[in-house]
Amino acid sequence: MIWDTILQPFAEYGFMRRALLGCIAISLGATPVGTFLILRRMSLTGDAMAHAILPGAAIGFLISGLSLIPMTLGGLVAGLLVALLSGFVTRMTSLREDASLAAFYLISLAIGVLIVSMRGSNVDLMHVLFGTVLALDDATLILLCSISSLSLVILALFFRPLVLECADPQFLRSVSGLSAITHFTFLLLVVLNLVGGFHAIGTLMAVGVMILPATAARFWATSIGGMIVTAVAIAMISSLIGLLLSFHFSLPSGPAIILVNGLIYGMSLSFGPVGGLVAQTTAKQHIQI
Amino acid sequence: MYALQFRKLSLGYDHQPAIHQLHAEITTGSLTAIVGPNGAGKSTLLKGVMGMLTPMEGSLAFGSLSRENIAYLPQQSDIDRSFPITVVEVVSMGLWKEIGPFGWLNKTNQVRVDKAIAAVGLTGFESRVIGSLSGGQMQRVLFARLLLQDAQLVLLDEPFNAIDTRTISDLINLIERWHGEGRTILAVLHNHETVQTHFPQTLMIARELVAHGPTKNVLTAENQFRARQMCEACTGPPHVCGKSAA
Repeated sequence: MIWDTILQPFAEYGFMRRALLGCIAISLGATPVGTFLILRRMSLTGDAMAHAILPGAAIGFLISGLSLIPMTLGGLVAGLLVALLSGFVTRMTSLREDASLAAFYLISLAIGVLIVSMRGSNVDLMHVLFGTVLALDDATLILLCSISSLSLVILALFFRPLVLECADPQFLRSVSGLSAITHFTFLLLVVLNLVGGFHAIGTLMAVGVMILPATAARFWATSIGGMIVTAVAIAMISSLIGLLLSFHFSLPSGPAIILVNGLIYGMSLSFGPVGGLVAQTTAKQHIQI
Repeated sequence: MYALQFRKLSLGYDHQPAIHQLHAEITTGSLTAIVGPNGAGKSTLLKGVMGMLTPMEGSLAFGSLSRENIAYLPQQSDIDRSFPITVVEVVSMGLWKEIGPFGWLNKTNQVRVDKAIAAVGLTGFESRVIGSLSGGQMQRVLFARLLLQDAQLVLLDEPFNAIDTRTISDLINLIERWHGEGRTILAVLHNHETVQTHFPQTLMIARELVAHGPTKNVLTAENQFRARQMCEACTGPPHVCGKSAA
């Protein structure tokens, strides 16, 4: 029973093993970044950046078809350009970061859709938006693993300034000049992980792996470290279950993974010990006594 | 010997000066209250000292100090209280200058952190997350962090806002201790009683300098009336000011 449902798909099929490895790499890299996104109240920034990388990937596609390197570089350049431009506008004008980011990512998204529809078919657009986790080749796997290793190293190096930048940015600015560097390095990590994620589960679903496990982890852990570990664990378990569901019931794998994440989020929201709905009700009873 | 000198300093946002041609000198080791009506530019002045605003005209001079030697406590609203971080973690940030982004907290420094927490009366609260603290307790945490920053010039922006009297008197003790150690302290305050009792020097501003000197000479009814008038006359952009008064 366990063999048939859980182990056999991975033992027998190479594409399932590759898919699992790819998802584990994304979980390790993107989820810690997502944890900081929600702690900085930037959850929707992930979504905006995911749209922003589209024209870059599309231009890469236009030049050389569905190939890894040009689409990755294109996505990276487009994402960073939008991050830098909106950061620049925020610092130079009275427009707030969310508004300037929205303006640039919408422009970027429109350019992307225009390019894809001029040259490619709808199938290609679907590929970029929803990924092909069940068809990961060696090069893509190496890219995914490199990106997650790189982001873990950068996160470790910038951990303290990043925590300060989130919790008390004014203090960081008063004691060190690292504030701007920290902010842009963090945005670089967001873009990097989204670009990695879009090869596997698509730009839109990659945001899901970033944000959903982190929001769920908020109901289980009280420290940042605890949140990150919990979020990564949730993301990995969701990937495993999602891939199996997709295998057994012929579901598209990206949405299946995200929906399992969503289910765990719903359970955490209800039963999580840190501010979950049930925990809140029982806490009220304590006060009444 | 001055710790800080404002030389015809103008600071502001979007071409509108919130501080206009301020000329004053803060003596090293002095304990000075900054007072003035709402919108007088008190917080702006502290931000200017911290280098968060570039002077529109004039300049700022630090005597023998450099910017690393300044500690700044902004108004409380700037800190994300929902962030999952504990009291001991926030207080330890005060050691940033020594340990930087990568250094470890060694035994000596851990003892210093514990002492700072004890000095503000929060022993036992070390592992509480800041979201579970009251406003007064949070302010004690921030004062403990200031203690560790060990700065020669301390800037406090409304440190006693919405805080009970017992906490205020504890924090004033700390401020007086710093003063005794020869540090220079500038605090934006609203309560004139606190200023009269504990702050020997006062700088009264209303976008421009109203008065500066020993507190009893500055906090006069006449000066306060003048400050209010100066501020009320200047609620819009400067060039509209004269017309709207007519």
